Amino acid sequence: MKIQQIAIFMENKPGHLQTICRTLADAGVSITTLSLADTQQYGILRLLTDNPEKAATALSDAGFVVNQTEVLAVEVDDKPGGLLRILDIISEKNINIEYMYAFTFHRGENAVMVFRFDKPDDAISALQARDVKVLTNIDILKGAF
Amino acid sequence: MTRESHCDACFPPASALDYLPLPELRALQLRRLKESVNLAYHHQESGLLKRRMDEAGVKPEDIKSLDDIRRLPFFLKTDLRDTYPYGLFAVPREQVVRLHASSGTTGKPIVVGYTQSDIDVWSDAMRRCLLACGLSEHDVMQVSYGYGLFTGGLGAHYGGEALGATVVPTSGGNTERQIMVLQDFGVTAICCTPSYFTHIAEKAAEAGVNIRETKLRVGVFGAEPWTEAMRQHIQDSTGIRAHDIYGLSEIIGPGVAIECREQNGLHVFEDYFYPEIIDPETCENLPDGEEGELVLTTLSKQAIPMIRYRTRDITSLMTEQCACGRTVRRIRRIGRRSDDMLIIRGVNVYPSQIEAALMRIKGVSPHYLIVVTRESGLDQMEVQMEITPEILGDRIRELEDLQGAVAHAIYSTVGINAKVTLVESKTIARSEGKAKRVIDKRG
Repeated sequence: MKIQQIAIFMENKPGHLQTICRTLADAGVSITTLSLADTQQYGILRLLTDNPEKAATALSDAGFVVNQTEVLAVEVDDKPGGLLRILDIISEKNINIEYMYAFTFHRGENAVMVFRFDKPDDAISALQARDVKVLTNIDILKGAF
Repeated sequence: MTRESHCDACFPPASALDYLPLPELRALQLRRLKESVNLAYHHQESGLLKRRMDEAGVKPEDIKSLDDIRRLPFFLKTDLRDTYPYGLFAVPREQVVRLHASSGTTGKPIVVGYTQSDIDVWSDAMRRCLLACGLSEHDVMQVSYGYGLFTGGLGAHYGGEALGATVVPTSGGNTERQIMVLQDFGVTAICCTPSYFTHIAEKAAEAGVNIRETKLRVGVFGAEPWTEAMRQHIQDSTGIRAHDIYGLSEIIGPGVAIECREQNGLHVFEDYFYPEIIDPETCENLPDGEEGELVLTTLSKQAIPMIRYRTRDITSLMTEQCACGRTVRRIRRIGRRSDDMLIIRGVNVYPSQIEAALMRIKGVSPHYLIVVTRESGLDQMEVQMEITPEILGDRIRELEDLQGAVAHAIYSTVGINAKVTLVESKTIARSEGKAKRVIDKRG
């Protein structure tokens, strides 16, 4: 259920994102979606790709500090109250969202959001119990291509 | 207008030992040196001096002239660390009335102790420093050195009281209050680090206070190296006379040497502290006037009689008579050291301490760089460290927590707030030999 995300440390300097994208392009890795968390000094770039292992290796070889973590990709109804429903389920179980970001593609009628919960396993059971679709790596690959 | 603390008519002044004819001074030094060596040889708790002298085949009785001091072994800061806390003490603990501590080369501090007689010696040396700066019982002296384990605050304080001046113990920090006290109490002299004084002066100017319009006329500045250019800047911008003072806890604290009103070299109170200059590589004594490492031997201290302490400060001995009439020799102002110690806001900091603090935190890379700058008169320390996959999670908060933990570890080791910066892997220059750990951008 959990999907592999790679996190990359970036100093705030011109050209860094460009280098990362070039490294991935040269390795033949496609970016599915990304988000950037930043402070004044530095940022953490989070990527979902079609090949996390290959992406992590290529970036490490290029000198970047890379960490692989797991996140959940959750289908959200693309209509008013869609995200609210997910948040209701989560807060009922007293689960906290560390961060979230959106997918660039739709899955049928639905949007896809990426969540990092403080208790991911509890979140999976809570969401599935309420018939919310939690995507797998394979779902994402299918959706992306 | 400056005021004389003494005039020719009332000569000899209260600092008469500064003016002792040389044969008398040398005889006094030799007598006291023998006493110090005897005390340390027979009573030092760790027996370190005895072991070293026995190995070298030297007995206390072999000290027959001042030149015989060259037969004695050196002591280093690491000796204080290795015998922590009391190994170099030479009196029973009940005779020790005060302890101070300063940072060692790694995590542990070094501890120094004083008997009542040592406190009296220290107060007298400091009193003579203040006299040499032209101060007297008519002065109001603000002590803005830190009070506490650091020797600066209490050392200056006791000297001021011994002189009979009115001492205002503001200690360091709270610059607005420093400025208020300076103005309202009619302060005529201030003791602090030169960088802190420039900070006070800048803050005063921002608040519309002109130092020239206060009664302040003398600054006694030390605990960090400073340049002649800095002195000119301070004197020109504030109208005070700025004196360089030298001292170190291992010897006694502030009060080992001071610039007189000639402001040309610092008089060492040789009747208490015997100076030598050695080549830091060969450890051979150098002829007068040649630049080398300052080595000091305490001649009147009881709790820790310190024999041939290598200060790591680079200077030279000026033997020609000073125009002020003092016979005690001068050292040139100290601009650099023979080791990698940094002095940041008056605090001694070794790169090895920063390294030890970093290594206490799991996953932290051994590659770091210390960048020291000066912003509006205050020293700032930045520690750059490389990020590693072990410490990179996927959340900013984790990295901010890490930065906080590193800053705390540094603070608890050296007592200085550092800005901790994370940099990408392999961006700190690697070196084949000795790594470059420090970039000091202070002028």
